Amino acid sequence: MAEDIATKLKNYRTAPFDARFPNQNQTRNCFYNYLDYHRCQKSLGAKGEDLAPCDWYKRVYTSICPISWIQKWDDQREEGTFPGKI
Amino acid sequence: MAHPSQLGFQDAASPVMEELLHFHDHALMIVILISTLVLYIIVAMVSTKLTNKYILDSQEIEIVWTVLPAVILILIALPSLRILYLMDEINDPHLTIKAMGHQWYWSYEYTDYENLGFDSYMIPTQDLLPGQFRLLETDHRMVVPVESPIRILVSAEDVLHSWAVPSMGIKMDAVPGRLNQTAFVTSRPGLFYGQCSEICGANHSFMPIVIEAVPLEHFEKWSTVMLQDA
Repeated sequence: MAEDIATKLKNYRTAPFDARFPNQNQTRNCFYNYLDYHRCQKSLGAKGEDLAPCDWYKRVYTSICPISWIQKWDDQREEGTFPGKI
Repeated sequence: MAHPSQLGFQDAASPVMEELLHFHDHALMIVILISTLVLYIIVAMVSTKLTNKYILDSQEIEIVWTVLPAVILILIALPSLRILYLMDEINDPHLTIKAMGHQWYWSYEYTDYENLGFDSYMIPTQDLLPGQFRLLETDHRMVVPVESPIRILVSAEDVLHSWAVPSMGIKMDAVPGRLNQTAFVTSRPGLFYGQCSEICGANHSFMPIVIEAVPLEHFEKWSTVMLQDA
C-alpha cells in the first residue's frame, strides 16, 4: 500500500475524479480533503507512523482549494477557531 | 471572439461548443420551417375567395397535426439530451485551474505543482496597443495547454460573478463560499475572450476573461516565467 501511494504521488498530475463528489459543487471535495489531511497527520502522528500517505490528501486539497480558503483555515486552526473536527 | 454585425455564435473552440452549434442549427431549422409553413397557411387562408360553411370536423387532419408535432419534439429532444449527457461525462483532467472573481478582476491559481497565482485586470482603453480589442484584453491571460482536458473551479471572493467564454460554450457562476466545477478542451491554439456574466457592481462590464491556448512546451515555459516573476 505504501508503494502504491508513493507511485500515485510520483505520477500525480491533478486531483482525479472523486465519485463521492460527482456534481458541479466541489466545495465539499475541497473541505473534506483538507480535513482528511489534518486528521491523517494527527492520527498517524500520534501512532508515530510514516506520514507519507497523508500527502495524497494534501496534493488534492492544494489542487482544488482556493489559496485564500487554505490560508483562512490554517489561520483558524492556529487560533483554535476552525469549524471542522480534526 | 465576437465581431461587428454578428448574428450567430462565435466559432467553436471546443468539441462541446461544436455540438451545441450544430444542435442550434438543427433546432433553428425546424423553427424556421414551422414558421414558414404557418405564415404561408395564414396568408393563404386570409387571401382566398373560397368559403365553406359546412365542414364540422375531420379526423384525419386532427391526427396528422397531433402526431407530427410530437414527432418533431422528439427529433429536437433526442439530440438535446445527447448533448446534455455528453457535457456531464466523467473526464480525466490534466490540469486544475481556479478562477476567483473579485471586484473587479479575475485571479487565476495553478496549484497542482507549485503555488502559481496572478491577477488579470482589463487593459484600459487608453493603454491598448493597435490591433487589441477594446474592453476585452487583460494584462495577464489564463494560459492553458491546447487539446488537454482542463478542470476549472470557479468561485468568488466578494459578490456574485460569472466566468464565461462563449467560444468554448462555458458559463459558470462564481459564488462566494462555493466551488463550481466545469471542464473544457480547447480544439485549437489561440485567444478566446469572455466577459463577466453576473452583475457585480460598477465595473462589471470591465473584468474580461482571456484564455490563451498554446502547445504544452510553451505552457511549461510560461508557467516557469510566471513563477519566477511572482
